[in-house]
Amino acid sequence: MSKTKSLSPVLWPLIGLIVLVALNLALNPAFLKITVLDGRLYGLPIDILNQGARGLVLALGMTLVIATGGVDLSVGSIMAAAGALAAVLMAEGHGLAAALSAGLGVGLLAGAANGLLVARLGIQPIVATLILMVVGRGAAQLMTNGEVVLIKSDAFAFVGNGTVLGFPFAPLLAIALFVAAQFFLRCTASGLFIEAVGDNETASRFAGLGAARVKGLVYVFCGLCAGLAGLMAAANIRAADSYRMGENMELDAIFAVVVGGTALTGGRFLLLGSFVGALLLQTLTTTMYNLGVPPAVAPVPKAVLILVVCLLQSEHARRWAVSLVKGGRK
Amino acid sequence: MSPNLRRQAPLLATAGILVILFATAAFLYEGFFSGRVVVNLFSDNAVLGIVAVGMTLVIFTGGIDLSVGAVVGFVSIFTAIMIQRGLPPALVAAAALAIGGGLGAAMGALIHAFRLPAFLITLAGMFLARGGAFWISTESVGIDHPVANVLSGFELGLGPVGLPTTALTVIGVTVLGYVVAHHTRFGRNLLAIGGNENSSVLMGLPVGSAKVWAYTLNGVLAALAGLVATIYTGSGNPSTGLGLELDAIAVVVIGGTLLAGGRGHMLGTLLGLLVFGTIQTALLFDGRLSSWWIRIVVGLLLLVFILLQRGLLRGAARGK
Repeated sequence: MSKTKSLSPVLWPLIGLIVLVALNLALNPAFLKITVLDGRLYGLPIDILNQGARGLVLALGMTLVIATGGVDLSVGSIMAAAGALAAVLMAEGHGLAAALSAGLGVGLLAGAANGLLVARLGIQPIVATLILMVVGRGAAQLMTNGEVVLIKSDAFAFVGNGTVLGFPFAPLLAIALFVAAQFFLRCTASGLFIEAVGDNETASRFAGLGAARVKGLVYVFCGLCAGLAGLMAAANIRAADSYRMGENMELDAIFAVVVGGTALTGGRFLLLGSFVGALLLQTLTTTMYNLGVPPAVAPVPKAVLILVVCLLQSEHARRWAVSLVKGGRK
Repeated sequence: MSPNLRRQAPLLATAGILVILFATAAFLYEGFFSGRVVVNLFSDNAVLGIVAVGMTLVIFTGGIDLSVGAVVGFVSIFTAIMIQRGLPPALVAAAALAIGGGLGAAMGALIHAFRLPAFLITLAGMFLARGGAFWISTESVGIDHPVANVLSGFELGLGPVGLPTTALTVIGVTVLGYVVAHHTRFGRNLLAIGGNENSSVLMGLPVGSAKVWAYTLNGVLAALAGLVATIYTGSGNPSTGLGLELDAIAVVVIGGTLLAGGRGHMLGTLLGLLVFGTIQTALLFDGRLSSWWIRIVVGLLLLVFILLQRGLLRGAARGK
């Protein structure tokens, strides 16, 4: 017990990721093979990074929200709305800058609305963000008129599947965001502020912290991340599908954060854990595809993983297991 | 306001909104104010209504169940395939209800015994049920069986209009839910747990069994909703009930039940269902507004009710 506690919590998702990669290698020896074609990297690991980029960006915002003891259910719908608005604007002949800033603006506004409800009006995060989860998708469908809007701009598509020196741009952006966030949060007191609010909001307020402002800003940041993820999703497939875009992504993001060792009760966060968690999730999905499992059945192993992680993290489950082992010895 | 009246204020607000909505629609659209429309409010939303009744019980305890929509999908395809393979429908229905109840009981037990977040465990349940549904079959399967045909064709004559099986089921379930929630010890225990779980334990209430039963009943009702959906559409489809859990939660909240638990009324859920149905029917009657407006209107209603509850809670706290 004491041994596992002294180990870094990032170790668990990392072990999971390594096991999964090893399993893949056993099934397909060429799993880690990366080839260069036309100055561009190809291979399954690159695919995983490329497809996982959106999940990574969402997980980043979600980590901070969960660290304050909250949760944001609306990110999937915000993705759909941001992607839809950007696509519609470009279809109407507006430029790249307008589309990008409109998409990020949707995220910013939605995040601000969530922050207002949670931080200022004191509404439970699940309830407050449920509103935008419902409205956001409706708004996205309204903007696109329920149709799939195609995107012709090559410059915009770069956000989703462009390359920098052969390396895909989307994961680079996600990694850069993670590094910047880690640097900003851990080299200034801001990360500590977030954890303090998540640990005990009243106490942090008495300590002179603008608890409501910290909480509100975290939701704004999460909304912004969701807006960016929406742009990446639309750019990746060069189309905005208001029905499917970001579907269940809020669940994946929450899941990545929890797998990464950030507890849903708040007060502590691990950006590196969320990073590994999101990659683990995407690797699992890709593994399923490679094994020929129909995409619709893929949720089953995810469910098993959630249960295992929940049980591993639960104090009660651990105590129960320990008593079972001790009882067995007697 | 007397304290008793204040407690029921969300319920009265929902009733008021329902009357205003229905009156406006009846005034705007010709033929809206008819028995057929009212009956359709029940029969078209039967699946949602049955799920919402179960969800109300879970939300009373301060929990939540995200798996219900997926259970509806699983039961839908499960029954269709089994009946097409020639198994007797009664047996298949019983098995479906048992599966729903079993999943609910398992989730409830995990949530209670290991103090795991309801939200995550039922999320896992949702993935399991939806994945299982697509594992059985990825395509929809039609049902051609005399019993199913009799059930879907049956109508209880009531003067000019007839109540179909689906409407009868949702009304029956709501009445049963009302009795269980507000006239049994079990129902009172659920509300007490939602109000304050620690106090309930100290008072000696059977907290564990009540919570597990709430999730079990919810699972059984979700399975029943799946059966109703199968009869209503005459086919089984693994993607039935996609996003249904959200609508159900919205209906419960619009009905004035507090999502934090401990406060609410089964009657409110019925009113919430009718509000939801009225908006949907009005949009259909209008024809000019696209169907996605329902998401936006329901979202705004959610906002109004959540703010209203917030105000009421603050008022109650000040009153002390």
